[in-house]
This record gives sequence, structure tokens and C-alpha cells, in this order.
Amino acid sequence: MIVAIASGKGGTGKTTVALNLALSVGRRVRILDCDVEAPNVRLFIDAETVHREEVGIPVPLVDSAACNQCGECSRLCQYNALAVLGSSVMVFPELCHGCGGCARVCPEGAIREVPRSIGVVEEARMGDLYLVQGRLNVGEALVPPLIRAVRARPGDEDIVVIDAPPGTSCSMIAAVRGCDFVVLVTEPTPFGLNDLMLAVKTVRAVGIPFSVVINRAGSGDGRVHEYCAAEGIEILLEIPDDRRVAEAYARGLPLVESVPELRPLFATLASRIEAETSFPEIGGRENGRTDACA
Amino acid sequence: MKVVVTSTGESLNSLVDQRFGRAAAFVMVDTGSGEITSEDNAAGVDAAQGAGVQAAERVARLGAARLITGHCGPKAFRTLVAAGIEVYTGATGTIGEAVEQLEAGELTRMTGPDRAGHWG
Repeated sequence: MIVAIASGKGGTGKTTVALNLALSVGRRVRILDCDVEAPNVRLFIDAETVHREEVGIPVPLVDSAACNQCGECSRLCQYNALAVLGSSVMVFPELCHGCGGCARVCPEGAIREVPRSIGVVEEARMGDLYLVQGRLNVGEALVPPLIRAVRARPGDEDIVVIDAPPGTSCSMIAAVRGCDFVVLVTEPTPFGLNDLMLAVKTVRAVGIPFSVVINRAGSGDGRVHEYCAAEGIEILLEIPDDRRVAEAYARGLPLVESVPELRPLFATLASRIEAETSFPEIGGRENGRTDACA
Repeated sequence: MKVVVTSTGESLNSLVDQRFGRAAAFVMVDTGSGEITSEDNAAGVDAAQGAGVQAAERVARLGAARLITGHCGPKAFRTLVAAGIEVYTGATGTIGEAVEQLEAGELTRMTGPDRAGHWG
């Protein structure tokens, strides 16, 4: 079972829900920190690093002796990563999305692909918890390939929990597509509701069953509840707006350890998600297409 | 000499577009023969990224020796330099007036990009 913890709005508690859910399943579990621009799961656990590797994407290298400036590569490239001038070809690796099309269309065979590092994948273990996190290089803009690399790392755990990046763009979709279930974390505020509605639209378009977790319940107003009721969206858990939750977060401690009465709530969340994914047809699961996201 | 001017439209009476990569159109004036050609820049306006690079490549392909525009970012400027194209700024009014200002020596030659990159 692969469950992604996502949200439209940032800072709603994705990492809190993802980690405490993972710590509550009671057996071997893999947690993927796919928020590669700001991975933070590891701040809350004392894990030992077991593997680390660079992740790159293939970018073109032009052999100027073989190139006749025909321009096929530049015409194909949708990202303007190549400029063919009178007597040379300029390559802008930071614009390249690594599709490899330029090398394939070059009639002279003048383009070969070389890797360009975009970040690292790191793996760490703490007891039954196995963490895989991506960390994007500073200044890098290309996120989805690193998320795919995090998800592609081999593992044999039955349960995989994904901490997705915030928002509803390509990076969020790279983290949730192909999952069995999505949990959308929100807060009961106007901003929380607005971004929840965007996230609901996105997850529906991708075609994955989902439910909602409300964090900081008791703050804000009742509009998230009203929206969920009107849309028939199940609220799986409400985490109370409690100063001790904020204190535990600020100290980098998992809630299930520092606020013990929350432990049964997360255990219930884990069993409810397992129950939801045991009958995927009830959720009306379908395959979504998101091919435009590179 | 062929001069390309970034333009809000496709005629000599169109106004100079201060954007380079996302200019609405490019108007080319051959100051020797008086010939005027133009093409729209929908590809640049709609580009997800790299609009300046594709615009610089296009100006080079048109065979221009000089470019008149408002602003230019680092990748576009590098590409224009590599293509041997001189970049001039400071033009006001219509395309026709901009070319006259260039010929009268009233425009400033850019020695580097005056805008930060928008990507990466």
C-alpha cells in the first residue's frame, strides 16, 4: 500500500501526519520524503544513514566537429535548451528537462547525453522505519525527476508513506501519481479551504481515492467541514489545535511520543487508511493522465 | 545592414517592444535596400522557459547584424554575443524612428545583460 500525504497549502502538517502515521502502523514501514526542496522528516527522527547517491538528468553534449548546424535539435526542444547559431550550437543545461529527444533527432549523431546532477537521494534507518529522502541542489528548478528517483529506490516494505511537496503543480503530482490513497491535510481557515479545494480537484483529475485530515482543529471556522460534507469527502482525523503540538514540533519530536493521547488517533488513522485501500473499487479509482508534467 | 527591432506589431509604425524574448514581434529593416520584413513571436510569448534563448537564435537566423530592444537577460545576451550580434537599447517611438535613432548614433550599445535570469 502506498499512501501519499499531500496538501494544497504549505505548512498544514503534511510531515507531522506522514511521520506519525508511519510510526503508528506497528510494523516495517518506508517513508519517502518527496518534499525535495525542503525535506524535513529526518529532523524528527534519530536515524542512521545507510545509503546516499547523486541523482542526475541526461543533458546534451554537442560534438562541434560532427555538427552541421541543421537545427533539428533546437526545433524539437520545447524548453529552448539549445540555440543553433551560424557556426555553433549553444547548450543551456539548466533549461534541459532530460528527455533525450535532441540526441535522437540529430541526423549527424553529433549529440550524446551526459549526466548533470540535480540532487541526492539519502536513505536512513531507525528501527522499523526506513526513510528515503531527496534533497534538491540549491538553485535547481527541476523537481520531478528527483522525486521519481526517491520513489524508484528498491524496498520490500508493505506500507509506503509519502510526504508530498505542497501545492498542486508537477512536483506534487510526481509524488502522488500511482499511489493507492491520498490524505489531504488542511487547516480550518479560509486559506486552508481554498487550497484544499485546489488539491481535491487535482487528486480527482489524477484519479486516486482520498480523504482529509484537519490539523489545528478548533481554530478558524467551520467552512472546511461544510465543504467536505457537501462534497462527500471523509474526514479521517482531526488533530486538535494544542500548544503542546506546536511545542513538540518546535523541539523536533514526533507527536506520538510527546503528546501520548494523540497516539490512538494516529493508530486509528493507520487502520482506517488500510481499510480504505483494501477495497479500492469503492473509491472509484481510475488511472489519471499527467503526461505534461516533466 | 540588417537591423532587427523588437516590436509590438508587424509594421514600421508599430512601437518598440521593450521586452526581448517575449516581444510580440520582430521587424527587420535592411538599411541598404530599404526592405522590411517581420514575423510574430508567438513561440516566445508562449514559451514556458528559454524565451530569450529562442529569440536570440531567431535573430541570428534572420541574419541581423544589430538588434534594437529594451532589455536583455543573461542567457539571451550570451547567445547574441556568440552569434556576433550587437545589441542597442534606449530607442523610443516607432520601429522606423528607432532605426533612425540607431543610424544617428543616439542609441546605447549594451555591454552586458541588464536583467536577471528568470529561470534556474
